[in-house]
Amino acid sequence: MSLSITLTINGTTRAVALDDPRITLLDLLRERLDLTGTKKGCDRGQCGACTVLVDGRRVNACLALAISHDGAEILTIEGVAQGDQLHPVQAAFIAHDGFQCGFCTPGQIMSAIGMIAEGQAGSDPERVREAMSGNLCRCGAYLGITEAILDAQHAIETSGRKDAA
Amino acid sequence: MNRFEYIRPVTVSEAVAAGAAPGSTYLAAGTNLLDLMKGGVTRPVQLVDITRLPGLDRIEHLEDGGVRIGALVRNADLAHDPAFARRFPSIAEALLSGASAQLRNAATAGGNLLQRTRCAYFYDTASACNKRHPGAGCDAIGGDNRLHAILGWSEHCIATHPSDFCVPMTALDAVVEIEGPQGRRAIPLEQFHRLPGDNPERETVLDRGELITAIRLPPEAAAFAPHARYLKVRERTSYAFAVVSAAAALRFEGDVIAEARIALGSVALTPWRPRSAEATLAGARPDAAAFRHAADAALADARPSGDNAFKIELARRIVVRALTLAAAGTPARMPALPASPFAGVMTHA
Repeated sequence: MSLSITLTINGTTRAVALDDPRITLLDLLRERLDLTGTKKGCDRGQCGACTVLVDGRRVNACLALAISHDGAEILTIEGVAQGDQLHPVQAAFIAHDGFQCGFCTPGQIMSAIGMIAEGQAGSDPERVREAMSGNLCRCGAYLGITEAILDAQHAIETSGRKDAA
Repeated sequence: MNRFEYIRPVTVSEAVAAGAAPGSTYLAAGTNLLDLMKGGVTRPVQLVDITRLPGLDRIEHLEDGGVRIGALVRNADLAHDPAFARRFPSIAEALLSGASAQLRNAATAGGNLLQRTRCAYFYDTASACNKRHPGAGCDAIGGDNRLHAILGWSEHCIATHPSDFCVPMTALDAVVEIEGPQGRRAIPLEQFHRLPGDNPERETVLDRGELITAIRLPPEAAAFAPHARYLKVRERTSYAFAVVSAAAALRFEGDVIAEARIALGSVALTPWRPRSAEATLAGARPDAAAFRHAADAALADARPSGDNAFKIELARRIVVRALTLAAAGTPARMPALPASPFAGVMTHA
């Protein structure tokens, strides 16, 4: 079998040659495609720093083999803003100090975008915290993160921009 | 991670033929397998990617009232399927108490059954482990073992099975559909996993090349929907494996329990179904004394495998509380923290 796959990454479809089936989606993005916004934290599915959307669903890119995702649509942190206009979740993280060092932030934001699209948490902070428990923040910015997500979710609902996610 | 061959068959029979080759391992989401491969715990010669096999990603609500869950159905999709969650609420609750949202979006039903123990000595290749190297010994015995097994363990292995999903599925008589080189067969989930005995490296009854294609629930399982809960004690309130968990389901006739189902998680190397405890509740009224009596029966054979005697009394209390919650009735809406004792669940009755 040829180790060549097709991926649509942030709206652009591209053929990607893989020289080794061991390459994870995370390493492909960071090391081969120069999309270093997605972070490698634990590399074992425990921290959530590598969270991206695959076919609209948030997953850990470190636990996904790239070759198994032939044909998938990937959204990374580099693809969420529209030009200079930040995604509502990005803007809310700034407004609410939803980060300190920033290392976990791309994963937090991608996870929040996925969570809002899932539509299960509503406006209950406890449900938001539970839905975001796969994203660790060693700086402990959880209070701001929760506020940012609730605020962004409200902004998306009221502006009808849900499709932007 | 070791080098491996990768193939992606498009039919089940192709997959099974490839999966029967020595050193072959099936790949679905890989959320556990890749972790194990990165740690050098598992070193497959060939990965057989089953994610494109047709028809295995469906939830089929059967005419007889049962349900057939395709092996590739993702945990989140199953838990949020409205008809499934309404008819099998304790299973949805268990699914949503497991792992993180990202992992639930990827991990599959079939893979859940085949996830490996979370024993730290199994993951640490510098430690002795009879699962990784039969005959090497078990460093968990006499080691850091406060979370290890209290039922069904042997002197060769004291690990536990970490699944949440399998616990209520076992209580509700789930059946595993399997396809292999010798054809198809179906076996009760309760008989799917093996206790360690003298061969802890053999974790399930699957033979080489056999593939889980679906897991089925019988129509009788839905009769417990009004009184079915899953309760899970963790060392943090979310995104952690169970210290102890229990599924409890009751079917009433009038004020009396007609039938009870109980299963325990993270107490043994298999989901644990204490049928003798279930039997004590048939015909009983749902009160504290009856539930404590059932819990005592469920843990009658328990013994610590190390620094974990506390898990025996904890398991008794979790059984009592899960039964109490089930008797009070399944809440209309899932708690904010599914299956957590800190979810304010006592107020939902």
